[in-house]
Amino acid sequence: MIELISESKCISCGLCVSVCPTNVFEQKKGEVPVISRKDDCQTCFMCEVYCPVDAMYVSPNIEEEVIDENQIVQSGIMGSYRKELGWGKGRSSSAALDASYKMFRLMSKLPGH
Amino acid sequence: MSKHLYNKAIKETEREADADVLVIGGGPSGAWAAITAAAKGARVILVDKGYCGTSGATAPSGTGVWYINPTPEEQEAAMKSREAMGGYLADRKWMLSVLNRTFSNVNLLDSWGYPFPLNDSGGKHRKSLQGPEYMRLMRKQVKKAGVTIWDHSPALELLKDEHGIGGAAGVVSATGNQWVVKAGAVIIASGGCAFLSKALGCNVLTGDGYLLAAEAGASLSGMEFSNAYAIAPVFSSVTKTAFYTWASFYHEDGTIVEGAGSQKGRSVIARTLQTEPVYARLDKTNEDMQKWMRKAQPNFFLPFDRLGINPFTDKFPITLRLEGTVRGTGGIHILNEKCETAIPGLYAAGDAATRQLICGGFTGGGSHNAAWAMSSGSFAGEAAGEYALNLGQNAAHRNVTGISSTPFTSKTDKNHQNNQVVKEVIKDVQAEVTPFEINLFRNVKNLKPSLQRLDSIWNDIRSGKLADVSNRVKARESAAMTATARWMYSSALERKETRGMHKRTDYKEQNPDFHYRLLTGGLDHICTRPEQNLLHREGVKG
Repeated sequence: MIELISESKCISCGLCVSVCPTNVFEQKKGEVPVISRKDDCQTCFMCEVYCPVDAMYVSPNIEEEVIDENQIVQSGIMGSYRKELGWGKGRSSSAALDASYKMFRLMSKLPGH
Repeated sequence: MSKHLYNKAIKETEREADADVLVIGGGPSGAWAAITAAAKGARVILVDKGYCGTSGATAPSGTGVWYINPTPEEQEAAMKSREAMGGYLADRKWMLSVLNRTFSNVNLLDSWGYPFPLNDSGGKHRKSLQGPEYMRLMRKQVKKAGVTIWDHSPALELLKDEHGIGGAAGVVSATGNQWVVKAGAVIIASGGCAFLSKALGCNVLTGDGYLLAAEAGASLSGMEFSNAYAIAPVFSSVTKTAFYTWASFYHEDGTIVEGAGSQKGRSVIARTLQTEPVYARLDKTNEDMQKWMRKAQPNFFLPFDRLGINPFTDKFPITLRLEGTVRGTGGIHILNEKCETAIPGLYAAGDAATRQLICGGFTGGGSHNAAWAMSSGSFAGEAAGEYALNLGQNAAHRNVTGISSTPFTSKTDKNHQNNQVVKEVIKDVQAEVTPFEINLFRNVKNLKPSLQRLDSIWNDIRSGKLADVSNRVKARESAAMTATARWMYSSALERKETRGMHKRTDYKEQNPDFHYRLLTGGLDHICTRPEQNLLHREGVKG
């Protein structure tokens, strides 16, 4: 569930407000968006992936949890999924490294597949 | 309260537009539909409840694709491989069309710049798509095709006249005001129904398109194949089940749950979960596999990494999360390879449409669904584009009216006051469709009273239970889920046998007398009947 929009990192671009499929955020013009409908968050991580400045943190827990902003920021976890996907300036998409074909190859040899 | 959303006199209409084709839903099938309709020369508007590019089950995920070299031998093998599992309800003619279209569409993706991985000899592996990348590219292509995208614009009502469907009305999420699109043809590509179970990306999939279609008079098909459950860590939304092929499953005390598995052993997991927690560990993997697994599905590892769990060495608690018709195969009945419904001007594609035509009564993975989405989306887009262009320029000036069956409040308020009643309906519907003892292990003893309770929820909605709910989108979603559950259980009661994913504990065998697809439909009175003209009976097994 979405737990954090870091005010110190956010550039108020509003991209998270646009891309959230379940319309969780509200934003007043020029301000940092707020998490106004947290219950509607489906933990899909898309806001985090699209955030250009790694200002968001989606906890892997589908239920709400208490987090410590400093600890999350210091852990380096923010933006880690975006990095994993190879999104962002100077990176290239990790889809090019997708090794699913190795899985399909193995699965096709299993009984019942 | 007013019965219909669309009101010509209403002043709150924020957006009004004409189009040749309106596409409802911006996941893979909607995106392909929009692109192909536009390529025919049609003016296309695509509305999405969320955001075209992130909405739906595909975008946050990763999916295999049923991409097969178009040689007769390889296609034959591909068609044969899942026919038995699906209870021989699929149709070879459809399978072949989908295989051919999927092959050419995936190659199109390549030409659009999708970064397929290279194999050792420099060729490309095109059997898998990474969700975020795929759908980001699709949005780009939709825009490039000249399609107008309205994000955060859920469709709540179809518009109709005596000639057929002529558009839709909905709500702009940011303001709660109304939008109206008058169009020569409408394609429903709004996905399946997972009943807000928080399966990855599935909470926008609440059966909205089924209800729209049924209100127009269209039928649904295969709604008994609607009890897919995915393995997921208890705490997590990530429902990627394939890797559990290499998992062992454990009781609390560390002993193995005998017979449990990701494919055929899923029932054993369900039975065990009814009385005790179940743990998993991906311990049938070796080091090499562990390395490429990370590269195959980064989203699978995300929750584990964030919680400091090593899924290869640590046991973690799992659950079975309901995916309903999203990974089931039921949906809107389509008449032909144009993806037409019986209602002129109304088309269906992707998970909103039935996937029995290529899967029968069973799907175990995304690859068929992904192929279906891109193929049926293309078929529907081309056909709807042609149909609308043939109607000519005046199609948008028809005198259409709204045909919703669920009353709407005329008070617009996007905030969540008086949402309690919506929460109640959702909770009540979930209590009928989530339990294994009703939906997974089906029998008349549990299905019948459950259907009666669902009927009574529906009757309350029809008599205005949600009519004062200011959030009209949520009101409509809960009505759609209620209706979906009723079609599911009506069909499940009718199919007195076990076939595909539909398991009856009171009729444990597949019965050749039921070797047909089942149609259902209707709103207050649900009518269920066999579909005639089953084309291929060569695979009948007693």
